[in-house]
Amino acid sequence: MPGGRRAQRRADLADRRAWSPRGFWQAFAAPATIYLLVFFVFPFYVVLAITFGGVTAILREPMPLWNPLQWRPPVMAFTLSNLTHTDGLYYAAFIHTIVFVAIATGLCLLIGYPVAYFLARRAGRFRGLFLILFFAPFWISYMLRMLAWISLLEDDGYINKILTGSGILSKPFPWLSGRSFTLVMGLVYGYVPYMILPLFATLDRIHASQLEAGRDLGGSPARTFFRVTLPQSRQGILAGFVICGLPMFGDYFTQQLLANTSGTRMIANSVFDSLAQPIFVARGAALILVLLVLLIPPILYYLRSTNRAAAQGLA
Amino acid sequence: MSAELGIGAPPPRRMGFLARLANPWAQTRFLWVVAIGYVLWTLIPVVEAVVFSFNQGRSVSQWQGFSLRWYTGDPDGSVLHSPALQQAIFQSLKLASITAIIAVPLGVAFAISIHHWRGFGSGGANFLMLFSFVTPELILAVSLFLLVTHAFRFIGQGTLAQLVGLVVLGLAYPVVIVRARLVSLGRSYEEAAMDLGASPVRTLGRVTIPMLGPSIFASAAIVFAISLDDFVVAYQLSKDASTQTVSMYIYGAARTGPTPAADAIGTLMLTASTLLILVTVVLVRRSNRKRGESSSLV
Repeated sequence: MPGGRRAQRRADLADRRAWSPRGFWQAFAAPATIYLLVFFVFPFYVVLAITFGGVTAILREPMPLWNPLQWRPPVMAFTLSNLTHTDGLYYAAFIHTIVFVAIATGLCLLIGYPVAYFLARRAGRFRGLFLILFFAPFWISYMLRMLAWISLLEDDGYINKILTGSGILSKPFPWLSGRSFTLVMGLVYGYVPYMILPLFATLDRIHASQLEAGRDLGGSPARTFFRVTLPQSRQGILAGFVICGLPMFGDYFTQQLLANTSGTRMIANSVFDSLAQPIFVARGAALILVLLVLLIPPILYYLRSTNRAAAQGLA
Repeated sequence: MSAELGIGAPPPRRMGFLARLANPWAQTRFLWVVAIGYVLWTLIPVVEAVVFSFNQGRSVSQWQGFSLRWYTGDPDGSVLHSPALQQAIFQSLKLASITAIIAVPLGVAFAISIHHWRGFGSGGANFLMLFSFVTPELILAVSLFLLVTHAFRFIGQGTLAQLVGLVVLGLAYPVVIVRARLVSLGRSYEEAAMDLGASPVRTLGRVTIPMLGPSIFASAAIVFAISLDDFVVAYQLSKDASTQTVSMYIYGAARTGPTPAADAIGTLMLTASTLLILVTVVLVRRSNRKRGESSSLV
């Protein structure tokens, strides 16, 4: 079988060579590839050169060192020790980030799975409508939705009016006074569509015949779900965790809008604030580098598994 | 549409929407409640923002009567009279259109290339593209910020830097969408054209690209919508008030003390992107129907 496939591929290649001049297709990919090399890959080298670079004499602004042999580690050492020591500058923000992102991603899965399942299986003739409604957040400005949430959550906003009016609360609750709860809900609200999208794509591909087989073989609906649907949606859950969780590590604006106190700061806030002052730019660069190194393994794992799924004709 | 899409559903139930909700024994009731609750949760804030853009007073949380004050009436703060608001709208539209004009051709060419080219390097180029797709936006924005402030100083912060960043951000969307389309089209049309003696260039121009029309249009709409709403990249690479976008304006207003003008400008953008998406959906579906294909979105 593998031999046959290889022969087939060789025949395909021969076919293609026959009708396209050498380098024909490569030329089409060149502009985008060069663009990414210059504006996506090279900037990472700049980040390295600034992190391990020096500072100018008087203003103490960062001075990138382009020769890796001259790189010096003090800024990186400073950043790492402040990330890992309990009294470090970035320690609290680092821990917050991990806890908030973990809880928010978990909640996104809890909310997103039934919603995606509904859309794939149960929406019936309303499916077109729900598709549009579910994915509306993708084209409605995030900032506009956050502005609306702020208005709703104000002390005199409608949420508090409803809660006090119905007697659940005796006085308005200060949602926006730097609560971790509000921040996590804001993150869930902002990123749950990114969980639903891959889950829906996966659930939608599971064949009805497999579910029927599960039922025919005597499985209860619950058993069919746990033995057939859930294992098959593993790929979607994994993709959801990555697509929904990764951008949260770079989110500082939700914290700024919904819970702007030092007690809820995340690592992205530290990065953003560092860049505002020239003398701290190198620290911001070092933090970005650390973030990148931490996020590369899940990114690679995700890219590899989607690649494999695509090869099997699943994705 | 529903017949084809209902594949996964158990025996179809001929029950009305309300009857389904009212029937306590329907298995799907829980899922319906979750789904409708989810829609309300996502869309109620949007309704709030749209409604309050028509507020008569300055408050974004206390309703004080209907007016067009924040669109046309107010001599300082309304969209019609505030130079800052108009500047932000203009900047957002400018960035989004130019980004789409640059990113879509680059991405489409890349997708066509990767679809045909299986030799050395194609895997790496594809990997690079997908990597840029999943890298958190903050990492893109910060590394580009350092690039334009410390290496390519001739770019500097401002409109050009914002464009550069938005193209990185949007580039992968046309690639993903067009590749999916190429895979579903298969190779037979192109092979037929070649067998009939068309050169590769001619096949591309007369067969491949016309068949990709709807997905190219859909990618352009998505890249436009994403650039229009982008905050992190545009903010990090902005120079001053002259390169402020709508998202940046709303962010600033939300942090300091918003007036309904922020809701109004957001509502205008919302209207624009909704129209764009609707036009896209209609065009794509019509062209698919003409070809007698199933109604997938892209």
